[in-house]
Amino acid sequence: MNAGNRNLGVLKTAGVVVACAFLFGFAMVPLYRVVCEHVLGIKLAPGAVDRSRVAGLVEDAGRTVRVQFVTGVNSKLPWSFTPELSSVEVHPGKLTEVWFDATNNGGEAIVGNAVPSIAPSEASAFFNKTECFCFTEQVLQAGESRRMPVRFYVDPQLPRAVRELTLSYTFYANEAATVRLSAEQHTKTGSPPPAAG
Amino acid sequence: MAAANPAIDHDAHDDHDHKPQGFLHRWLFTTNHKDIGTLYLVFSLLMFFVGGTMAMIIRAELFKPGMQLVQPEFFNEMTSMHALIMIFGAVMPAFVGLGNWMIPLMIGAPDMALPRMNNWSFWILPFAFFLLISEIWMPGGGPQGGWTMYPPLSLEGGTNVAFMIFAVHLMGISSIMGAINIIATILNMRAPGMDLLKMPVFVWSWLITAFLLIAVMPVLAGAVTMLLTDKFFGTSFFNAAGGGDPVMFQHIFWFFGHPEVYIMILPAFGIVSEIIPTFSRKPIFGYQAMVYAIASIAFLSFIVWAHHMFSVGMPLGGELYFMYATMLIAIPTGVKVFNWVSTMWGGSMTFETPMLFAIAFVILFTIGGFSGVMCAIVPADFQYQDTYFVVAHFHYVLVTGAVFAIMASTYYWLPKWCGNMYSERWGKIHFWSSVISVNVLFFPQHFLGLAGMPRRIPDYNVAFADFNMISSIGGFWFGASQLIFVGVVIHAVYFSKNRATTQVWEGAHGLEWTVPSPAPHHTFTVPPVIRDDALAHGDVTH
Ligand code: HEM
Ligand SMILES: [Cu+2]
Repeated sequence: MNAGNRNLGVLKTAGVVVACAFLFGFAMVPLYRVVCEHVLGIKLAPGAVDRSRVAGLVEDAGRTVRVQFVTGVNSKLPWSFTPELSSVEVHPGKLTEVWFDATNNGGEAIVGNAVPSIAPSEASAFFNKTECFCFTEQVLQAGESRRMPVRFYVDPQLPRAVRELTLSYTFYANEAATVRLSAEQHTKTGSPPPAAG
Repeated sequence: MAAANPAIDHDAHDDHDHKPQGFLHRWLFTTNHKDIGTLYLVFSLLMFFVGGTMAMIIRAELFKPGMQLVQPEFFNEMTSMHALIMIFGAVMPAFVGLGNWMIPLMIGAPDMALPRMNNWSFWILPFAFFLLISEIWMPGGGPQGGWTMYPPLSLEGGTNVAFMIFAVHLMGISSIMGAINIIATILNMRAPGMDLLKMPVFVWSWLITAFLLIAVMPVLAGAVTMLLTDKFFGTSFFNAAGGGDPVMFQHIFWFFGHPEVYIMILPAFGIVSEIIPTFSRKPIFGYQAMVYAIASIAFLSFIVWAHHMFSVGMPLGGELYFMYATMLIAIPTGVKVFNWVSTMWGGSMTFETPMLFAIAFVILFTIGGFSGVMCAIVPADFQYQDTYFVVAHFHYVLVTGAVFAIMASTYYWLPKWCGNMYSERWGKIHFWSSVISVNVLFFPQHFLGLAGMPRRIPDYNVAFADFNMISSIGGFWFGASQLIFVGVVIHAVYFSKNRATTQVWEGAHGLEWTVPSPAPHHTFTVPPVIRDDALAHGDVTH
């Protein structure tokens, strides 16, 4: 028996294990989504709920759920952003509308994107939005303010234990879209776009 | 085997203790497991003092409430670098060094299986730590987001972030190569008759640790690679603005991180399982139980990672699962503690310095295990998370656990390495000074944490002042005590006139105690004959 060959064998096998482990680290990215959405029932996709489901809604007037609103702005975005109400009490199954206000305090037009999140995460699958400013990019000119609506309902199937849930938004600067926007504005006015960066 | 006749083997060399001549040639190009082991150990000691200096700065700032000495950014650099250096620079290389020195001697192998790779895996480390430490002098400074590198905070710096990431990559590559080498050595190089279940527990603990290393270090490499692309190449793995999820980083990190904490303790289990039988003059109690306990701890360590993230907002089912799975680890750990105590039970014990450190390990590591179980209780951990209670927990398991075991092993094997006995008197002074000061240092931190003092902050409420001062005094005292350790080692290597015998310790058993002291440069070029009664753990059937 030849020790050198056997060492090479260990080296190769271990090399395969190391490569698989490295790939596994990356595989955790899709796995995380699958586990969240299909095993733990956490809704990650922030998209709008199908309108046909709204039509068949039955309001559960015997139950109230408090929905709280939390807003934040990423430090790279010179905006202010607040909910008009800090919380509302709703009956599950009832379509509700609330408003948020954003102001661009900077000297340039900026594109922002809001990223929503629901706590507790078990409730995320039962919180449905039919309309939200977070579905699209928001453009605010320098100094501009905007009132933005969110229409949502809480699914009557929401587990009984959940009496309170929190909807939070963080606004981030959408840098790519902002650069595109300022390029467009400058071609319209005829002045050259500012150097990037 | 090529060199069946040792006489022929010797003809090729001038003397039995043949070493390459010239300092550079000897150390830079060495492929000898003993030289590489020494390099690792010296490097680790150096890093222990670099990381220790940072700890002294932290404790000096925390001596009194209010900002005293350093800027908050620098304080955060110190906490982040202290942890990275102690984990990847001090504890892990020390274990690899001990493995390099002792595994071939314990299994009757002439060297490590892949000696050139061995050289490489060591010499990567100085470069890794050069990259990491040089960051302190760069614009933006060193990492400030903690050793856990959670984004987005850890990505707030400039290009210096890349240095931290590449340093972590290099450390990972080094430990993966070290681990592969150890696996190949243990699987292929055992002397005939050294069956797997006859190996010393230290060798077993390293075999299992090496498997953990090759399974999780690449995951860390993947996680920091994603940090790198998020920072510099516009990906959004963890960037919420781009649809990523920062909590996912924590999952990937701790999938590495929890096995990592066992990487730092399993070899310590092995060391203590060697020392306690020697000074109790009894074979280890429950050898096979010890091996299976290590294996089950290693297995469980893969499925408990989210106990570091109880407060991120996991669903209740997840919290319960991770709580119970974590508590399960206490069972095999308890088996080990029971077996160490049973080994001592009824033994004719003596208390030389290695034994003192080993006994302190058993007691103080168990305290760290208890606070770990407390942290595992979800509703309680909501209070403990990110407080000094967690700091106290992991310093009990890492300092009085891993570091004490490394010190115990140094005293235990040093006479075999250098051929001289260390000064028992000064060894004991080092021990008592360390064991008292380390408790003055870390025990009050439990109370600080319970009272709500957050970790990783340079300033705190005056209500925490007294215990912080006590803790800092313990810190300076513990730091100073380690100078005694260096003194004892230097004295033993260069000045001691007290020659060690071949067996060194009266109760020592095992192959490493059959080669002369100091162990010659080449050992077991002819495989030794294994006598079952000479094995460290006696009867192999229990
Ligand atoms: C019975 C055994 C153990 C249990 C049940 C346990 C449990 C835990 C838990 C639940 C935490 C998270 C606490 C929090 O952040 O709120 C924690 C943190 C930690 N544990 Fe343990 N642990 C055990 C043993 C160990 C060992 C053996 C080591 C290392 C040798 C270790 C090292 C650490 C470290 C370094 C942290 C903090 C990591 C960080 O946040 O920076 N633990 N432990
Ligand atoms: Cu853990």
